Amino acid sequence: MKTFTLLPVRSLLEGGRESAKPGSILKAGGVDLLDRMKEGLETPDRVVSIAHVPGHDGIEVGPPARIGALATLARLDSHAELRRVYPALADAAGGAATPQIRNMATLGGNLAQRPRCWYFRQAEFDCTKKGGAQCFALNGENRFHAIFDTDVCCCIHPSATAVALLAYAARVDTVGTRGKRSISIEDFFVAPREDPTRENQLAAGEVIEAVVLPAPAPGSRSVYKKLKEKESFDWPLVETAVSVSVSRGTIQDARVVLGSVSPVPRRARGAEKILAGARPSAELIARAAEAAVAGATPLSQNAHKVRLARVMVERALREILA
Amino acid sequence: MGKDKLRLGFNGHFEEKEVEIAAGDPTPWDPSQTFSILGARTPRLDARAKATGAARYSIDVRLPGMLYARILRSHDPATVVRSLDLTAARKMPGIRAVLAIAKPGDALRFAGQEVAAVAADTPERALDAISAIRVEYGARPFVVEIDKARADGAPLVFEGKVETKTSAGDAPGAKKALPRKGNVQGPRASDKGNVAEGFGKADAVVEGTYSTQVQTHSALETHGVVARWEGDELTVWASTQGIFSVREELSQTLGVPLSKVNVITEYMGGGFGAKFGAGVEGVTAAKLAKEAGAPVKLFLDRKEEHLAVGNRPSSVQWVKAGATKDGKLTALQLIVHGGGGTNGGTGTSGPLKNVYACDNVKTEEFDVFTNSGPSAAFRAPGHPQGAFALEATMDELAARIGMDPLEFRLKNDPSEVRREEFRIGAEKIGWAGRDARRRVPDNPALRRGVGMGAAIWYNTGGTGPKATVTIHRDGSAEVVHGVQDLGTGARTMVGIVAAEELGLPLEKIAVRIGDTRMPYGPGSGGSTTTPSTAPTIRAAAWQAKKKVAASVASAWGVPEEAVVASAAGFSMNGDAGKRLSWKEACGRLPEEGVSATASRAENHPDAWKRFTAGAQFADVEVDVETGLVRVRKVVAVHDCGLVVNALTAESQVHGGVIQGISYALYENRILDRATGRMVNPNVEQYKIVGAMDVPEIDVTFLPVWDAVNNTHSVGIGEPATVPTAAAVANAVSHAIGARIRSLPITPESVLAALDGKARVAAMPGRETREGGRA
Ligand SMILES: Cc1cc2nc3c(=O)[nH]c(=O)nc-3n(C[C@H](O)[C@H](O)[C@H](O)COP(=O)(O)OP(=O)(O)OC[C@H]3O[C@@H](n4cnc5c(N)ncnc54)[C@H](O)[C@@H]3O)c2cc1C
Repeated sequence: MKTFTLLPVRSLLEGGRESAKPGSILKAGGVDLLDRMKEGLETPDRVVSIAHVPGHDGIEVGPPARIGALATLARLDSHAELRRVYPALADAAGGAATPQIRNMATLGGNLAQRPRCWYFRQAEFDCTKKGGAQCFALNGENRFHAIFDTDVCCCIHPSATAVALLAYAARVDTVGTRGKRSISIEDFFVAPREDPTRENQLAAGEVIEAVVLPAPAPGSRSVYKKLKEKESFDWPLVETAVSVSVSRGTIQDARVVLGSVSPVPRRARGAEKILAGARPSAELIARAAEAAVAGATPLSQNAHKVRLARVMVERALREILA
Repeated sequence: MGKDKLRLGFNGHFEEKEVEIAAGDPTPWDPSQTFSILGARTPRLDARAKATGAARYSIDVRLPGMLYARILRSHDPATVVRSLDLTAARKMPGIRAVLAIAKPGDALRFAGQEVAAVAADTPERALDAISAIRVEYGARPFVVEIDKARADGAPLVFEGKVETKTSAGDAPGAKKALPRKGNVQGPRASDKGNVAEGFGKADAVVEGTYSTQVQTHSALETHGVVARWEGDELTVWASTQGIFSVREELSQTLGVPLSKVNVITEYMGGGFGAKFGAGVEGVTAAKLAKEAGAPVKLFLDRKEEHLAVGNRPSSVQWVKAGATKDGKLTALQLIVHGGGGTNGGTGTSGPLKNVYACDNVKTEEFDVFTNSGPSAAFRAPGHPQGAFALEATMDELAARIGMDPLEFRLKNDPSEVRREEFRIGAEKIGWAGRDARRRVPDNPALRRGVGMGAAIWYNTGGTGPKATVTIHRDGSAEVVHGVQDLGTGARTMVGIVAAEELGLPLEKIAVRIGDTRMPYGPGSGGSTTTPSTAPTIRAAAWQAKKKVAASVASAWGVPEEAVVASAAGFSMNGDAGKRLSWKEACGRLPEEGVSATASRAENHPDAWKRFTAGAQFADVEVDVETGLVRVRKVVAVHDCGLVVNALTAESQVHGGVIQGISYALYENRILDRATGRMVNPNVEQYKIVGAMDVPEIDVTFLPVWDAVNNTHSVGIGEPATVPTAAAVANAVSHAIGARIRSLPITPESVLAALDGKARVAAMPGRETREGGRA
């Protein structure tokens, strides 16, 4: 790892300002950043740490809920009130990575972390995500890669919390040298077709301050589910978060989100359309799950992920519509 | 020398045998014997040091003025070094030594091969400096897939002579010169009886092609050394399974007399067969230390560990087997192509040739060279692979003749020990009710299955080791023996054997191991450490105790034979009045106490002979919608002669089972086919089983009094992992009703097997012919 100076800052704004300077990068928990620095993917002269900025690790459940960017995944997991109102988020955070990592990892860092594609993560592969000419996974070793939007870069987005936040229609509040803004979580992510070298639209000097979750509609239920090969120290093969509101036996509104299947977390709008206005039934659930994976374009080694995604959506829907 | 009549065998199967006992060696213990500590559950002597972090592993060694070294490696699978320029690196700050490992003109044959090295005052500066080394490479065509490597016209991994890396732990036969065509070397062949006739006599014949992946050793402590020169004498702290074989390699490659090389391994963070030599890293560290005039630490990082220092080779095994209706094996045939990268020795025929009785057995083993990191011996070389294919074949054959797979095995297993183990294990896993438990109440997506596999191993240790036992005037004792403790509990084993023989509590015994300045200890490979070391320690302790008895005899003025030693002390035959406690007797010793150095005697030729036997059963749960497999329980029943320490013997079996599950379901070195580089050289994407995925493991030992040596001990490290993957795979097949023929078993391979099931079922009575002949 290249030698660097650690610069702790006292406010997020200062963090934004300092990290926008040449050769500087922002650090929260550092779980993701340090891995990239060790591999030489980032070679900053200055690491600007917001880890100890006070006042940004709070969890107000509201609703609407407001969660500071520096809240750790472990706190999201153990917050009883948050779990009661937004169970999919608590489960997404609590099931990610390992206990040690969850104690360090922040919500902001989890959203802004970079993909774990094994080509991207090794310096010797000059891939599209690094500004190179080629996605090595496209015709390479792609068992864990995307099954949707595989045309430019077929990495998958790693954030579990993003999957849940998409199901809750959350917003991401940021502060930065150009002021504050509030971005819908759906607009927050940037697909490779637009720019393969980034995953979100944070500008230089812009820092996530908090995540805001609207109040769940009355009668709504939500769930997060994932499938991992190993229970210890592993990433999901596929994950899903579903939120539905049911009134008088009819589904009013449904949000179905798939994670670990595409370069940015994906709403399964086809499934949502089938569910909205319908009465829950086994047949409906099966149709919705099928629709959730319609149009998938799996790669040479990951066709099974289409099936796994369908099964997980089906199980998630069954759990909350039973 | 003399013959002793001994009662040998195991529970319910004892017989009397005359065994020749070597001079200076005690008679093997008798089954009627009660032990004070042998066989009990004794915590490791170093448990506290390890748990608190006080234990100093080789990777923890820090010496004053010590430098840190790094190795520059090639990124590409096949290149020729055109030029190498070290000048810029030499001028970098803090750089104290720079060394070319490859020279212009050298062919590099895998991504990760060593090119050059530097030593610097900090690890960071060493890392910076290796990127300043200028190398020009000429690219050559490469091949990393074993089927492509076998094809005509494939790029040749070795254009000229095969230069394989061999180490003290290579599989037997690996070093023999073999014919080679293209990238394919072999066969190593065996032919017993006549397989064509055997298949002719069969009522049912099955065949199938089984493939297994490359598994890397992934020991927690990586390969490496700390090297220090004092004048012309070299001391090396190594993470090794054989301090003496490291000494040998360093002496030879550096031209330093053996007497001037010392190798120390105080504590070690694991070794599974790839840590016998000094390795490129060890020799490099010693050279850098010489050049810099300062001690050098060179330990590999996890990526280097995956790439360059050994692995369990892949295999493609074609197996054919025949049996009669009444369940007698008539023929077994194996053709295996093994992928050991730039190394050979990839055979898998051990289980097929040795586990089940069969008159007609033919095997042919081919090494297929590819441009990837060399294989090395790995915990029971060839056996987990071979057992996977053999045990699946046994299950298929049993199904074909309509016989219970357990009964089929019992009919063909010549080992009475293993037959007993199969019975014990079957009882514990609930074999009889396994079909009824396949469906899981309330969860239509889940199936359960139970499968089994057999373990076999061969080695019982041998001569060479020496140990010195000193008994002090205060009654305490000291054992000095140059064995290393890989984490297996060898240190504690040494103490226990001495304590048992001397009748002392373990606390009174100091155990000194892990240094080549001590009497020679065995390398820890082939499961030979305990059976080589334990009898040596016992002989030395027995001889030292005889010296105490002799001093008692001379004090009493009686012949030595008249003095009887027991746990309580010394007494005289027939004379109730003459007694000395151990303490009193020792108190009369001279200031220097008494010492005895004993050598390991030959294995007794007339011992109760057998191959080491084991049987494992796995109980798994499979989600048939997602293909996910969870192992619920493993029952492991093993023989390792007489157990020295029940706690650490059990740990060995736990470790073997855990590593076997990891091999069955997760571990897989994945090479990018387009670039020949490993895509998962870490512990995140190279998946190793974790705590949450480890099932209940039920371990039973069947004590066997074999008199192979004076302690009846046999090793357990390797047999413990031989049948695990086989048992898991058979359990999965039982659960889903379809055969899986490749490892690791993944969600997609389970789903594929389930999808293919309809096809197989549509051809009743036909031979399975997936893939056909390899
Ligand atoms: C073995 C393993 C398994 C894992 N499994 C999972 C999993 O299943 N699911 C999952 O979601 N994650 C998983 N992770 C990833 C882990 O959760 C993330 O690395 C972690 O959440 C990152 O948070 P951090 O605070 O440490 O971020 P940092 O490493 O500090 O930062 C990550 C990136 O985000 C930027 N950043 C950080 N904070 C902000 C902010 N407030 N505003 C703007 N940019 C910011 C940084 O500049 C950096 O580029 C796993 C990690 C490992 C090692």
